[in-house]
Amino acid sequence: MAETVLTNAERRRTTATGWQGIVADWSSDQRAFKNVSWGKAMMWIFLLSDTFIFGCFLLSYMTARMSTTVPWPNPSEVFALTIAGQHIPLILIAIMTFVLISSSGTMAMAVNFGYRHDRRKTAMLMLVTAAFGAAFVGMQAFEWTKLIMEGVRPWENPWGAEQFGSCFFMITGFHGTHVTIGVIFLIIIARKVWRGDFETERRGFFTSRKGNYEIVEITGLYWHFVDLVWVFIFAFFYLW
Amino acid sequence: MAEVTLHATTHTPPVAHAEGHQHPIKLYLVVWGWLFVLSTCSYLVDYFNLQGYLRWSLIVLFMMLKAGLIVAVFMHMAWERLALAYAILLPPLLLLVFVGIMVFESDYTLLSRIIFFKAGA
Repeated sequence: MAETVLTNAERRRTTATGWQGIVADWSSDQRAFKNVSWGKAMMWIFLLSDTFIFGCFLLSYMTARMSTTVPWPNPSEVFALTIAGQHIPLILIAIMTFVLISSSGTMAMAVNFGYRHDRRKTAMLMLVTAAFGAAFVGMQAFEWTKLIMEGVRPWENPWGAEQFGSCFFMITGFHGTHVTIGVIFLIIIARKVWRGDFETERRGFFTSRKGNYEIVEITGLYWHFVDLVWVFIFAFFYLW
Repeated sequence: MAEVTLHATTHTPPVAHAEGHQHPIKLYLVVWGWLFVLSTCSYLVDYFNLQGYLRWSLIVLFMMLKAGLIVAVFMHMAWERLALAYAILLPPLLLLVFVGIMVFESDYTLLSRIIFFKAGA
């Protein structure tokens, strides 16, 4: 109710831009985030907290790597694959990177088609995104299996500093969990889109609220974040 | 001054993107293409086995460009109000302070390990 009535004072605040806009928004004692629904704001705040979690993981990895007297295993060699007789460094990780970026591309387009109420394209693009995500997790499972077979453990590995294993399993494991959860949510939301829940204002089973196509964008925010984290893991863990 | 800004912004009511962002699909395809190019570049850094500061600066450069594109375009941060953008984007910068602290800490740990353990181990 309160949201529908914009007082004159509030309209003036909403139109301020730049630093004045920030001060006006934060001091308006109603909503700091104008034009952003609570769902989207909360997803952003969740992602911020997740940033700190992954930040701490990468920091502990940095600390372990900087403080060890034993040489760090060379990721370029550890993650190399021999394909058709060719020894290619880091190739699996490169493919995983391209797969995840592609999934982000399809997700961004799904959000766009969602707001255009194109149910078919939205649902299909979300399912393609989920398929890319599942492929990514599959390749990660292959990578883990390969490394475990080669003798990598959280406490030892054949190539150098013992901390390599614990950092690797912790960081990629946590990221893979995020991807898996994302795939599950993509499929759930894609089903709702396909069924037309947001056209008929069908109530959700859990919150019994009416949904709208913004949920596609919120799911997309989570998915892009997973891709974003991978950008940092790729740079700091695999390339450094 | 306030009057002027008020007039300038009333033409584009912020309510406009309550119904979402109506960007052409081409925008996403272009960004997608750039992400592919940047990823290829960072992979080539490893493929050509660049080392030292050149390697590290290129890795960080490509990483920041990719992260910027994803957050700004794919996550629509470029079109959000600054109050949200700063609330989300500024706090992670504190991690840099944490990085600084841990760099000192690991230097100290490394030094202690070299002095007290290396000879015996």
